[in-house]
Amino acid sequence: MSGRERLGALSMQTAFLAVLFSVWYVVTEGSQITSLFLPRLPRVWSEMVGLAASGRLYAAALVTIPTIAKAFAIAAIFGIAVGFLVGRSERLVRLLEPVLSGMFAIPITLFFPLFILFFGIGPDSKVAYGAAYGFFPIALNTIAGFSNVDAHFLRAAKAMGASRYQLFRHVYLPAAMPVVLTGLRIGFFISFAAVLGGETISSAAGIGRAIALSGELMETARMFAWIGFVVLATMILNIVVLAAESRTRRD
Amino acid sequence: MTVDMRNGAAQPTQAVAIAIDRVSQRFPGRSGTNPMLALDDVSLEIRRGEFVCLIGPSGCGKSTLLNIVGGLIAPSAGSVRIGRNTVNGARPREIAFVFQESTLFPWYTVLENFRIALKFQGVEGGGWRDRAMAALRAVGMENFAEHYPSQLSVGMKQRINLARGLCVETDIILMDEPFAALDEQTRMVLGEDLSVLLARTGRTIVFVTHSLAEAVFLAGRIVVMTARPGRVKAIIDVPAPHPRSPDFMLAPQFSTIRNDLFALLRDEIRQTVAAMREARDGARP
Repeated sequence: MSGRERLGALSMQTAFLAVLFSVWYVVTEGSQITSLFLPRLPRVWSEMVGLAASGRLYAAALVTIPTIAKAFAIAAIFGIAVGFLVGRSERLVRLLEPVLSGMFAIPITLFFPLFILFFGIGPDSKVAYGAAYGFFPIALNTIAGFSNVDAHFLRAAKAMGASRYQLFRHVYLPAAMPVVLTGLRIGFFISFAAVLGGETISSAAGIGRAIALSGELMETARMFAWIGFVVLATMILNIVVLAAESRTRRD
Repeated sequence: MTVDMRNGAAQPTQAVAIAIDRVSQRFPGRSGTNPMLALDDVSLEIRRGEFVCLIGPSGCGKSTLLNIVGGLIAPSAGSVRIGRNTVNGARPREIAFVFQESTLFPWYTVLENFRIALKFQGVEGGGWRDRAMAALRAVGMENFAEHYPSQLSVGMKQRINLARGLCVETDIILMDEPFAALDEQTRMVLGEDLSVLLARTGRTIVFVTHSLAEAVFLAGRIVVMTARPGRVKAIIDVPAPHPRSPDFMLAPQFSTIRNDLFALLRDEIRQTVAAMREARDGARP
């Protein structure tokens, strides 16, 4: 994308957000819509400021962020290990890839009560739940990355006398890397969503719990404030991750 | 036609570089069908510094034979010797491959591709850069050393592929239709370049091609293969020294040899087409 195109896209995106917030503002200030359904924007803002100032945001984030980090770390380690081991063998790919992608299609949410049963109401159940969700896209992409290395690159490397390690280091790894990174990105956001979702369903603390609680108490403005923090965090993370990913791509 | 082991251009006393001794290759058939015989009792001796073209109809096992010579496939029967050693695996110190597709690794720059090729071959330490740049200069691509393959055209990539094959300084280069993906004009230019480069380096080359003109223009000897199962049908000498200029294509000698080749191949191609039709009709319910 050229500089001018990028600027154009950015201004379109900004305009979209501006329109969204203007409509929200006009609708809530000008009409009789009850603040139970859609709170006034300045109220949401003052709630956000209040949550940040009182330290409640910090306390909730201190529960949720480590939970996401642990869930993603487990998903990444197991996903890459399983994906790599399976992806190296054509037979294992044929055998296990359909099983894994079939399991990925099952809504793991259905098993959420089991996670609570096994790991308790604390963060551990959310770690396990987020890890279970994030594992599949990471494993599947790692399999795809390592099993789809072009045969003619392997043949050429072998003809040039590459050792097993050199074949891995200079052919398999760089060929698989972009696909594996895409899997990590998808896995991260799925773990992220699963942890927050798990917290809203059943949890003792954390940002998801705070959103669910505000909703139950009909404090809609506060609920939107919490959601606002999550949306902001997601946007920032998305930009960071995409930038990191594009740096590893060469073509 | 002459079935003579001597290359018209080389001295008759040259040592044998590659000895293919009664090689056969059988591939397992697809579920239940009979195994497919790709090569049937092929014997051939190639002398040092010779340029041999393998030509034959599609599926006659030319590429298979090349892969067997290079040690990438083990033959079902027979053996190949390089000098005094029997081939039983890749021999990167003696044999370089140039394939039809560009096998430049897209995640490395052109220069890094050369470094990796030398590293794979076991050449470590300094000097690789000079060797790589010299090889790139030889094909006129020295200004593209820092480019990634995706930034180059098909012709440029294949030029560099060729340079990489030369750069590893093996005695033998096996080329599997290296110009097949190129348009006719680029192909002619690269063929000329190759002829010039070869006259300088004196490597032993086995070159698989579909193109009659390419075979006559480049080869010292042309090995014509039969339709599947591949056997050696005839060997034709092309007694003209390298480097050959494009004028060689206008010489009467060129057309005579090309016509001989065509006559030899025509029957084989018909047979291949007939076998394909039969397979197709047989497969119908």
